Amino acid sequence: MTVRVQEGDFDIGAEVRRITAGRTDIGAIVTFTGTVRDSNDSAPLASMTLEHYPGMTERELAQVEAEALQRWPLQASLIVHRIGTLKPGDNIVLVVTASAHRQDAFASAEFLMDYLKTRAPFWKNEVGADGAKVWVDARETDDRAAERWSKR
Amino acid sequence: MAVRILYFAWLREKVGKGEEIVDVPAQTRTVADLVQWLRTRGPEYEEAFKRPAVVRTALDQVHVKPDTPIGAAREIAFFPPVTGG
Repeated sequence: MTVRVQEGDFDIGAEVRRITAGRTDIGAIVTFTGTVRDSNDSAPLASMTLEHYPGMTERELAQVEAEALQRWPLQASLIVHRIGTLKPGDNIVLVVTASAHRQDAFASAEFLMDYLKTRAPFWKNEVGADGAKVWVDARETDDRAAERWSKR
Repeated sequence: MAVRILYFAWLREKVGKGEEIVDVPAQTRTVADLVQWLRTRGPEYEEAFKRPAVVRTALDQVHVKPDTPIGAAREIAFFPPVTGG
């Protein structure tokens, strides 16, 4: 179980190899990668800068991961989130879950992303193609996506 | 009571600083009380906190609600709803 916040890019293949190295009990690996879109609400995007709350970020992500472990029998999980300035097409976030069967890996990866989106203290500041800077607004759809896990 | 207060994203920009040590009056009981008191400290605070409903708070790095007592918190952070992922 690992949580990392970093400026640099990540290599999905290398991360998965690190998780599976030396073990044969894993039957399913799900990876989710979030990337920077070239537009937000139809406005063209030049770049975005991700700010976070050092300390609380790691703490929240570790807590979300611990909660996933209580709900699903995971053999491994990984959350990597980038900070700093990113351009369209760049990777932002990686979630990897590994379990014996695919249902647990799929469900827990979705859970981790939904909770990360509503709880982890990151903020996106977008720079438009016209040079205008805008703080991204939180989406209600993200709150609803996270809420459905608490109804179970 | 001396408390470390942190501001993130547009709250940091509006207040004009990322953190400060503040002597909070003893009668400041809850997070909402603290926000009300901060608003009296100057036009930049008034501007940053003019819509308290869109400001989120963490006490010692844990999400809390406006009616949460500040208690003995040493670090209080204010920020907009999160937008990572």
